[in-house]
Amino acid sequence: MEPLDALVAFANFVLVPGAAYGAQLALGALGVTLIYGILRFSNFAHGDTMAFGTMAVILTTWGLQSAGIGFGPLPTALLALPVGIAACAVLVLLTDRAVYRFYRAKKAAPVIFVIASLGVMFVYNGLVRFIIGVDDQSFADGERFLISARDFKEMTGLEEGLAIKTTQGITVVVAVIVVVVLFWFLNRTRTGKSMRAYSDNEDLALLSGINPERVVVYTWLIVAALATIAGTLYGLDKSFKPFTYFQLLLPIFAAAIVGGLGSPLGAIAGGFVIAFAEVTITYPLKKVLGYLMPEALEPDGLVQLLSTDYKFAVSFVILIIVLLFRPTGLFAGKSV
Amino acid sequence: MNMRAILLFAFVALLFIGTGFVQSWNVALTIFNMGLISAIMALGVNMQWGYAGLFNVGVMGFVALGGLATVLVASVPNTEALSAGGLRIAAALALGGATILAAILAWTRLRRYRGWVVAAILFAGFFLFRAVLDPGVAAVEAVNPARAGNIGGLGLPVLLAWPVGGLLAAGAAWIIGKTALGLRSDYLAIATLGIAEIIIAVLKNEDWMARGVKNVIGLPRPVPYEVDLQASPAFREVVTEFGMDPVTGSTIAVKLAYAGLFGVVLLVLIWLTQAALASPWGRMMRAIRDNEVAAEAMGKDVTRRHLQIFILGSAVVGMAGAMMTTLDGQLTPGTYQPLRYTFLIWVMVIVGGSGNNWGAVLGGFLVWWLWVQVEPLGALLMQGITAGMADGSWLKAHLQDAAAHMRLLTMGLVLLLVLRFSPRGLLPEK
Amino acid sequence: MSGGNAYQDDRGNKDRSITRAGGGTMVRGKAPADRVTTANAFLIGDSMTGGYGSGPDILHDCTIAVDPGEIAVIVGPNGAGKSTAMKAIFGMLNLKRGSVRLDGEDITALSPQDRVVRGMGFVPQTSNIFTSLTVEENLEMGAFIRRDDFRDTMAQIYDLFPILKDKRRQPAGELSGGQRQQVAVGRALMTKPKVLMLDEPTAGVSPIVMDELFDRIIEVSRTGIPILMVEQNARQALEIADRGYVLVQGANAHTGTGKELLADDEVRRSFLGG
Repeated sequence: MEPLDALVAFANFVLVPGAAYGAQLALGALGVTLIYGILRFSNFAHGDTMAFGTMAVILTTWGLQSAGIGFGPLPTALLALPVGIAACAVLVLLTDRAVYRFYRAKKAAPVIFVIASLGVMFVYNGLVRFIIGVDDQSFADGERFLISARDFKEMTGLEEGLAIKTTQGITVVVAVIVVVVLFWFLNRTRTGKSMRAYSDNEDLALLSGINPERVVVYTWLIVAALATIAGTLYGLDKSFKPFTYFQLLLPIFAAAIVGGLGSPLGAIAGGFVIAFAEVTITYPLKKVLGYLMPEALEPDGLVQLLSTDYKFAVSFVILIIVLLFRPTGLFAGKSV
Repeated sequence: MNMRAILLFAFVALLFIGTGFVQSWNVALTIFNMGLISAIMALGVNMQWGYAGLFNVGVMGFVALGGLATVLVASVPNTEALSAGGLRIAAALALGGATILAAILAWTRLRRYRGWVVAAILFAGFFLFRAVLDPGVAAVEAVNPARAGNIGGLGLPVLLAWPVGGLLAAGAAWIIGKTALGLRSDYLAIATLGIAEIIIAVLKNEDWMARGVKNVIGLPRPVPYEVDLQASPAFREVVTEFGMDPVTGSTIAVKLAYAGLFGVVLLVLIWLTQAALASPWGRMMRAIRDNEVAAEAMGKDVTRRHLQIFILGSAVVGMAGAMMTTLDGQLTPGTYQPLRYTFLIWVMVIVGGSGNNWGAVLGGFLVWWLWVQVEPLGALLMQGITAGMADGSWLKAHLQDAAAHMRLLTMGLVLLLVLRFSPRGLLPEK
Repeated sequence: MSGGNAYQDDRGNKDRSITRAGGGTMVRGKAPADRVTTANAFLIGDSMTGGYGSGPDILHDCTIAVDPGEIAVIVGPNGAGKSTAMKAIFGMLNLKRGSVRLDGEDITALSPQDRVVRGMGFVPQTSNIFTSLTVEENLEMGAFIRRDDFRDTMAQIYDLFPILKDKRRQPAGELSGGQRQQVAVGRALMTKPKVLMLDEPTAGVSPIVMDELFDRIIEVSRTGIPILMVEQNARQALEIADRGYVLVQGANAHTGTGKELLADDEVRRSFLGG
């Protein structure tokens, strides 16, 4: 029995990837939850918004790379982020003007917005495939590891190594910064408070002189930034493929709902709950258990509870359990 | 049917006839057959959305279940595999079901520690299930893996698979509806979105069932094979009278036979749905939709009605899924994508006219025709745009490659334009 | 569903995983071509006739007015159009005739939001606070249109409603009914309005809390701001009223000071239960 090795193996294969994936889901879910809170509908185009923003980042990264500009040990994509966010912001604001604003003026039912977002989803999806194609794009450069498994083994003398990819470290750091800034904005600034007020009580917000169109513009700007950052981090950590981003919709929705739709805090909690559950259940735990159990009891199978292809099932089952026992989500009763 | 409907249907008919003349009758009939199936799918979704406002974004899952039914009903039995592991798999599935039943029973009967007891039952049940299932699966998959490796089907006539597909989809819909519609506020959209992905994941990974991504090919057909027709002297005689060569004639004859079968199903379904809408049941559904509170106050069990219509609509979609797999003659789980099998059906319903069965049918044909034809049209357009560019230029190559993605863009634009300028669809509900 | 707005047809969809109910309901009313001036006051809804949307008229030649330092109270039986009269003054009704004037200026054609900017503070009967925001944030949102330093005003409001100062960091939704009404009034006062309009401020609170709320309203009135309110509890309201309006079926039935109305036999018989 080597409990320390078990811990390291667990951290290496579950904790670290789970934390990175959780941070990516949390940022995605924050975008969904903000739109749900303020515009009152679930945005089915969110996965494709992420894809578009990421695509803009990738194109800029390629441009920078060919111009010989790098970011030292960090991925060049971080330098390209502002451009990607700006491109994504322009796209969502144009979409809002061309599509959603009309339905707001008509005081359309929220489900009509949802259907409109299906149309937007098709258009974004086509747009991304049109510009960058359907293939996998890998755009991570710079140093690959913060700590490689070999260095870790040498440092600690343990049998089991712990590797932390640069992208994983960056994901968590960037996500923390983004969340802190977002919460500061929502809770401390006049505009942020007016967004929360509008989400809480639209009529009273109007009576208080809050301009709904301004609130909507700010919301889209934040959503564009969140979506681009979430998408870029996911793409750096794994790789960029338009269809994968579309499929992220399910875990992102699940995260937002598990946390309590409309609650930013809930979106973050939900993101990590879903991510850790997915990684734990679809990871073969043989190694971890092998270190923990006496030799005689060591499992002979992989001890993989479910094949990785069933990761959707995991987020889904958690979603159903939460909804059955706590229909309003973990952080109920608080809207944006 | 009013003037507007007749004109619109005539227009769609013209599109298909035009395709026949410009491209070929073979192409026109291929699109038409899939149009028939799309129309049935749209009819199913329209029942759920149009009559009851149920937002089902798991259409793909029900379509795939229909496809699975076709394999299980019609493909050749694999007795060797069945005797190798069939019993274990059946026992494991029964165990799984029993575990869930026991968990539900424990939850409803027990008072103290029920959370722990249920968790323990599920935990133990899961490992037991895997312990029984895994060897069975391995045994089945070991039997002739290159060509079979699955439990095979019942070898029954493939037409029987259509109602079975409907039943399978209805069963899944019952489970989803029971859970999602029973929640305090319904969470149907996200539940269907998830279930559809899970169904596809199961189809892709459980090779013992329908060979997963290795695909099942060569499913039996309800219509004769082209080669048999070509070999038949009587057929050759008839075809030559029409002035066609036997090869073209046989492909068209087969497609016409499919069209006839699908057409009959579509007509029966339209007749049934229209009759249902006009019946007291249909009036009640509309009353619930227009004022749920009032309907509830009058003693209507809204959740039950919603569950009912959700199951019915899903069954129709499942049946269409079985028909599609029959038409293809193969099940390829890798090709099931939500944009194509869920959201495109939604475009059909919204464009055709929510709540109007004829509208759904129209949308099914029109949007499917567009979906197929946008690609050649897009390629033509791109050729036009890039005609002036130098050969071998990067942009020219990129644009010509990208033409393939025009269809998603077009579908999105069509949906957005119809939703904005004709929110009730091309054929509005009266 | 025939007619109506196709964009508002949700076909009975109630799915909370994709839609969030409870969007804004506030509708701006239409101003009449026929502006009438029959009397003068600081705030006056003059000879108002009209109703909601294209529906039937609810108000018939109804006049409501209030001057600085006064409390004006609208009372009347259920369905008499009390709240409607208030909403008409606030610009949420389609008027066919009449006018609304504030401080000598015709504001009949302004939207409710613009009336807030011109100095009308309005406290709706329900959903009148931001439940998820803290008490202090509620007050800050009240002052949203102000670009100057509003800390003095907030201090004044905390003086008027000391309990709010203690609870200023608490979400307003966690407060009791009476405290919520104080938040609602405080929020409206943050704009430093020229006139304060309260729609049934004591609805749903206990008698003890009601007395306390009336005391607070008198204190607010002592700061010189005219107050117009609609009240169910006619007797208590008329006791503190400088002007009382008894509405019946959308028209002025009796008008006078609170004391006069309380002393009026007919008013007592018909509305105050003897």
